[in-house]
Amino acid sequence: MAHYLDFEKPLAEIEGKAEELRAIARQSDDPMDVEEEANALDRKAADMLKSLYKELTPWRKCQVARHPERPHCKDYIDALFTEFTPLSGDRNFGEDQAVMGGLARLNDTPVMVIGHEKGHDTQSRLRRNFGMARPEGYRKAIRLMEMADKFGLPVITLVDTPGAYPGKGAEERGQSEAIARSTEACLSLGVPLVSVIIGEGGSGGAVAFATANRVAMLEHSVYSVISPEGCASILWKDAEKMREAAQALRLTAEDLHKLGVCDRIIPEPLGGAQRDPEGTIRTVGRALKQLLDELSGKDAGTLRADRRRKFLELGSKGLAA
Amino acid sequence: MNWISNYVRPRINSIFSRREVPDNLWSKCDDCGAMLFHREIRDNLNVCTNCGHHMAITPRDRFETLFDGGVFAEIDVPEPVADPLHFRDQKKYPDRMRSAQKSTGEKEAMLVAHGEIGRTPIVAAAQDFSFMGGSMGMYVGNAIVAAAEAAVEHRCPLILFSAAGGARMQEGILSLMQMPRTTVAVQMLKEAGLPYIVVLTHPTTGGVTASYAMLGDVQIAEPNALICFAGPRVIEQTIREKLPEGFQRAEYLLEHGMLDRVTPRKELRGELITITRMLMGLPPAIHGDLPSPDETSTSSAPAEDSETK
Repeated sequence: MAHYLDFEKPLAEIEGKAEELRAIARQSDDPMDVEEEANALDRKAADMLKSLYKELTPWRKCQVARHPERPHCKDYIDALFTEFTPLSGDRNFGEDQAVMGGLARLNDTPVMVIGHEKGHDTQSRLRRNFGMARPEGYRKAIRLMEMADKFGLPVITLVDTPGAYPGKGAEERGQSEAIARSTEACLSLGVPLVSVIIGEGGSGGAVAFATANRVAMLEHSVYSVISPEGCASILWKDAEKMREAAQALRLTAEDLHKLGVCDRIIPEPLGGAQRDPEGTIRTVGRALKQLLDELSGKDAGTLRADRRRKFLELGSKGLAA
Repeated sequence: MNWISNYVRPRINSIFSRREVPDNLWSKCDDCGAMLFHREIRDNLNVCTNCGHHMAITPRDRFETLFDGGVFAEIDVPEPVADPLHFRDQKKYPDRMRSAQKSTGEKEAMLVAHGEIGRTPIVAAAQDFSFMGGSMGMYVGNAIVAAAEAAVEHRCPLILFSAAGGARMQEGILSLMQMPRTTVAVQMLKEAGLPYIVVLTHPTTGGVTASYAMLGDVQIAEPNALICFAGPRVIEQTIREKLPEGFQRAEYLLEHGMLDRVTPRKELRGELITITRMLMGLPPAIHGDLPSPDETSTSSAPAEDSETK
């Protein structure tokens, strides 16, 4: 583990000690028996991990959702899909690498997969613009969704974005219109649309992909109208109040499930997806299959009507739902 | 010369000579600072008579000058759950609501009505920026859905006047969910083949622009209205450079192909009548009062806007 979150510091210390101990034992000529002590440290670390992750506060969930080593869209596509064929460009202005999309097979069934990609190192993060799409990204997604509709392919979207990119060019080229049209495209699809929030579901940039028949969320992912920092700076006039804002916004999978926004919570391994990316990806793959099975056999009209009804009825009961 | 004549007397004089502006008689233009008499500004639809600056206008005032004879029937909006998240920042959300209701005299941030403009039946919805920044929560979502349903029921166009800072944070994710909900409302109109006209007024930003406010068949904006997804301050912080003059203002958007028209408030009503009547396949509007029956048989009214020299 290279990256620890601030609240994981004590854990980092213990795990570091265990590793150090083993390294010393490996290097020294006469074999020392450190296993017992190292194992004791491991147990202590495991206990600590369990207690840290047993009840993550909403702010800590935001931190986990943004963890740089958390599996990203590309990791899911590489592991779960076969014959992935990326398709590029909005046929209008450019190609936005913050949005990945293309044809692929999920368990041999052809689908259209679209998602935000944040990148995994400095270079790819810059290229992907940290997963913050510009209008071209949304317009590419619209194009791919319409293509999927034309050929009867189910659409899978993987959502992981801090939000749409707030830039000069993005505004000039109609960021808001692109997002609005993408949401509209989601609502018009006559094929199943399943969405998984795998990390951050940031505001309008997320809605544009997640107006789906089924919305699933990974256990520690978040989905919110505004970032806790943004909310804190507006309502508390102090960006440092993000913990309070995260609490008030009800952005965790659990709360969103209660509100009916999230249809299904996909469990994560202890300590978050970043501790076992392969395991997490497999769980998401199983969930995707089940969610698509629930929708299979429904005709275009039903899928469209169900999706609309779902969103029209949303929130009618508040947290009591 | 002593401290009384030097200091105290001028102070006292200044206190007494300070001309207080009565709240209800005079108001100051937000832009040029000209003092405007309340009747003058009201007759001019809250547009400064000195500089042409478009000031905010409440939905009720707008409807009174929009609909024929100021007559309109309010459309009921289904009440959403109050404070669905039990939200509390420095104040409780219900307290913020109450103070907004008290200061505006309105129930919420959107007014929906049915009536006629130039004898053309329409449904209109207007957002109230003075009510918590016009923010879009469950109520505004319900209002837009109710407006679309009413338009479909009466088979008439929907004209929507937007004004909002964005989503209502106090309703968290449920405010965000108004983006898809209001988009469903727009689709209802589309499927019924009815015109949906958006008039963007100052300011229309955030999630509101990224949903119903950008999906009109015809997009009109009032002059100099700020229209954007991310606000100028956020962008300046992100790209760390100064933005050009007029950035994200109505005229700038028009230039960048994001709007059909920028129309001054005074001309808006006539333009809306013209557009809706054409889209609804109706004959041109009759300007002024209807001629009396005997007059119609003898004279044909000249078209008002024909340019005869």
